Amino acid sequence: MTAGRAQHLILSAIILLTALTVGWLSFTREPAAAFLFPRLISIAFILLAVWNFVRAALGLAKTGGGIDRTTLVNLLPGVVVMAIYILLGARNLGFYAASTITFLVLYSIYDPAPLTSVRDWLKRVAISLAFMAIIYILFALTLQVQTPRGILM
Amino acid sequence: MEFLAYFGGVFEPVAFMLLLCGTIGGLILGATPGLSPTMAVALLIPFTFHLTPVHGLILLGAAYTSTVAGGAVSAILLKIPGAPANIATALDGHEMARQGNGARALHLSFLSSGAGGIIGVLLLIFLTPLLAKWALAFGPSHLFWLAILGVTIIGSLDSKSFVKGLLSGCLGLWLAMIGYDDIQGAQRFIFHSSLTGGINIVAALIGLFAIPQVINMLAKGRKETNLITLAVNHQSLAASFREIGSNPRALSIGTIIGSIVGLIPGVGGQIAGLLAYDQAQKFSPHKDKFGTGHPEGVIAAESANNAMVGPSLVPLLTLSIPGSPTAAVLLGGLLIHGIFPGSDLFDRHPDVIWTFINSMLVGQILMVVFGIYTAVWAARIAKAPVPVMAAAITVLAVFGSYSVSQSMGNVYVMFVLGIGMWVLERFGFSAAPLVLGLILGPIAEANFIQGSMIATAQGTQWSYFLGGPLNLLLIFLVLASIGYSFRANMLDRRRRSASTDDRSDAT
Repeated sequence: MTAGRAQHLILSAIILLTALTVGWLSFTREPAAAFLFPRLISIAFILLAVWNFVRAALGLAKTGGGIDRTTLVNLLPGVVVMAIYILLGARNLGFYAASTITFLVLYSIYDPAPLTSVRDWLKRVAISLAFMAIIYILFALTLQVQTPRGILM
Repeated sequence: MEFLAYFGGVFEPVAFMLLLCGTIGGLILGATPGLSPTMAVALLIPFTFHLTPVHGLILLGAAYTSTVAGGAVSAILLKIPGAPANIATALDGHEMARQGNGARALHLSFLSSGAGGIIGVLLLIFLTPLLAKWALAFGPSHLFWLAILGVTIIGSLDSKSFVKGLLSGCLGLWLAMIGYDDIQGAQRFIFHSSLTGGINIVAALIGLFAIPQVINMLAKGRKETNLITLAVNHQSLAASFREIGSNPRALSIGTIIGSIVGLIPGVGGQIAGLLAYDQAQKFSPHKDKFGTGHPEGVIAAESANNAMVGPSLVPLLTLSIPGSPTAAVLLGGLLIHGIFPGSDLFDRHPDVIWTFINSMLVGQILMVVFGIYTAVWAARIAKAPVPVMAAAITVLAVFGSYSVSQSMGNVYVMFVLGIGMWVLERFGFSAAPLVLGLILGPIAEANFIQGSMIATAQGTQWSYFLGGPLNLLLIFLVLASIGYSFRANMLDRRRRSASTDDRSDAT
């Protein structure tokens, strides 16, 4: 079995499992009247998910390139930074501080310029601060959005 | 001619300023490769919360119009279409720029966009009230089938695989059911406290369109991008006007095809541009010049993709079926401001809707003026480094989804949906049907419940939904959209396997 086919099979199995769970919950939960529409949708959902799974099992699902190792290695640091920012940073450090740090870290990780150059670091810090200043003016001053305050800001 | 009475609203200071900001911002966003019009409109929705419905819609409408046109700037100067709608523009536009005719190509692109766009908005003005009157005949069962039709059309036409398109639509319908049921107050599919209030549409839109784009940018890794902007020499605007006037064939082919494609739910600008380019080539006496920097190619493609914008709102405003994925996001924007599309839209909110439509007409003119004079600047901004773009979109997405109801729950939902959508996209799924399922789900359910109650009272459960000419027509259209897509998929697969066989024979 090729890597692409295995990936298609895994994803279609997850979708089928989701559809079956939706169907099971729709047909077992009460009050029945509240689940009338979910029942209708879950039937179509399950039928399509089974069709998709069978196609993947037979090796007929070929649309999409799947996820290769290089892509995963490239994006992993960025996604981890985003996850830390959203799940921990924003609430604990404060929205603006966490956002500035995330902007700078994401920019630095993916910037092809050398990480040893002081000039490049100054440029990164300046761009991050300038962007966050615009965000602050837009959201805090103009739209008056109240954001969580943390240890920093 | 009711729309003329509401023209004044467009020129009120705040409204006009928003129209200007939306147009200029849209041109820059559109020119930026990787920022699609759909994503631009989704990211802008949170900024409209603090505006009145009419002002919010003016901003979104201006952004929709000008992002589609702005995509031509990077297509011509960088050979990277700013949006899928500008793929056909790059074919001749970039060649013209390489030959030192960049300014001419930009002028032709914006002038033909403006001409196509104005005709498209005029169609919106004159067709929408007619269709809205016809939509008065629609009862709950018809509205239920219409919502299902919206999901199946986009599901089957906007995806590479129609099974996956329809599955995306089902996923969207399911996500729409999460939260408390409106009638019984029962909890449905609440797996986490963030889902108690259901999936917020704006947070979902931002997650589904912006986060996959960011991840795609990150997936390229630390790569040096050497984008070279071609020099733009001075070109007389009067000469460009004359050139547009001397190419009525390309302009009319583009405008007609764009308008028709826009009226068909779910098709979108990419197909309009490519189809118009193809037809302009077929009808041109200079067929062999297409692809070598021929102005007709730019005129046909650009007039088509902007002529599509106005008509794509006709089925949206009257029947709640968007004509393009961006129109689907705009539908979310309408609902958030309490504007429900339908037959009585023009009776309930004439000021909001007519001012919005008029602003799109004025926006076309502003787009031409600012497009011509800011194109070169937009191209420079479009060269912003990919890591800066990725970081900026991430922060904007978090702030945008948080500001919906000042809740971290929406940010979590946005992030999880975004990651999930990126994975699904890697396997041929598309965000547009999922979004449509999410937006049309509550409309479909409300009409299904209402219809069921009427049917129970009449003692005609099945015939209420399955009988009558309009129900049958809508059911036929649902099945036809699925059948058409199934056939197209089969033909495509056969063509691909035939070309593989040819290649293996050759080796």
